[in-house]
Amino acid sequence: MASDLAVLPSLATLTDPQPFVIAGREFRSRLMVGTGKYASNAQMIEAIDASGAEIVTVAVRRVDLDRSKADAILHYLDTDHFFLLANTAGCYTASEAVRYARLARAAGFNEWVKLEVIGDQQTLLPDTVGLLQATKTLVDEGFKVMAYTNDDLITALKLEDEGAVAVMPLASPIGSGLGMLNPYAIRTIKQRLSVPVIVDAGVGTASDACIVMEQGVDGILMNTGIAAAQDPVRMAAAMKSAVEAGRHAYLAGRMARREVAVPSSPTAGMIGS
Amino acid sequence: MMGTEVVDAEIALTVNGAERRIPTGWTLADILASLGLDPRVVVIEHNGIILRDRAAFASLPLAEDDTLEIVHFVGGG
Repeated sequence: MASDLAVLPSLATLTDPQPFVIAGREFRSRLMVGTGKYASNAQMIEAIDASGAEIVTVAVRRVDLDRSKADAILHYLDTDHFFLLANTAGCYTASEAVRYARLARAAGFNEWVKLEVIGDQQTLLPDTVGLLQATKTLVDEGFKVMAYTNDDLITALKLEDEGAVAVMPLASPIGSGLGMLNPYAIRTIKQRLSVPVIVDAGVGTASDACIVMEQGVDGILMNTGIAAAQDPVRMAAAMKSAVEAGRHAYLAGRMARREVAVPSSPTAGMIGS
Repeated sequence: MMGTEVVDAEIALTVNGAERRIPTGWTLADILASLGLDPRVVVIEHNGIILRDRAAFASLPLAEDDTLEIVHFVGGG
C-alpha cells in the first residue's frame, strides 16, 4: 500500500500543536539566528536560508567612515522575508543598552529588541541588575523586550514581571559552544514562566540544539554554532533539523529512564524452554 | 580683527568620535552625501538626540561643535 507512505509522519509533515508566538506575533521557525562572524555576506545569507529562521539578529554599530562604501547589512538582508531583531550586544550598562535599543528602533523596522547588558568581559555573562533596569525602562517606552539572561529562575521571573515578552536564558557562555550546562535550570525556567523561553547562546552543534529543545523550551537563538562551523551552510541545515527533532521528541514525550535493562524481545517462547 | 565681520568658510564638528570640518551651511543630507552614505540604512544621533523623523532629518542644519553619531545594522548575534 504505497499510498499510505505519504501519511507516515516525518519532520516535514508533523505539525506542532502549539504555534510559536511571541507578544502575539506568530513566527514560522523556532530557530532564530545571528548574522555575525560569517566569512562573507553571501555565506551568511545562504546559511540563514538553510536554517529556515525567520527572526535574525543584528547589532548596532558606528558606520566606518573611512571605508569607501559602508557595509550595511541591510544591503544584503531581505527585510520582507526576515524579522530583524536588533541586539544591544557589547553594552555594559543599562543606560548604554537603552541608548542602543532606541537607536535600533529609529531604524524604523520594529520596536523589538534582544536586550543584553553584559557584566563581565571574560565570560560575557549578563549583569542581571542592569538587565532588569533596562527592561523596565524599555518596556515603559513601548519596546518588546527579549531579555538575554543567565539560567537563574529568580531573574527570569523578575524579567517576566517587568514585562519582557520573552526570556532568553543561556545554555552556556556566548560563543563558547559548550552546549547546555544546566538542563535542570532551563527546564525549571520553562515550567515556571508564562512568556516564551528561548535559549540563547552556547549551542555548539546539532545535538546541543536537540537536547535544548527536548527540555520543552519554545525556541533557540544561535550564531557562532553555525557561523564558526567548517561548513556553516550545512551546519545551519543540521540545526534546523535538530531543533525540529528536539521539539517533536519533547512533544512525543520520552520514555522513563530506568537503572536496569528491560528486554525489548519476548522472554517467552525461547527454544528449549 | 575687531569690528570686522568674519564668516568662517568651515565649521568643525565631531562625527563618530572624530573631528570633521565641513562647509558652513551644510545640512545633514549634505554630510551624508559627502560620506557616500545611504540615508535609508543609517540612524543618526544629533547632540545626543536620536532623529526619528527620517523625512525631516535631511534638512537639519549643522552647527559648530555639533556631535553626530551615525550608526547602522551590522552582523551580530
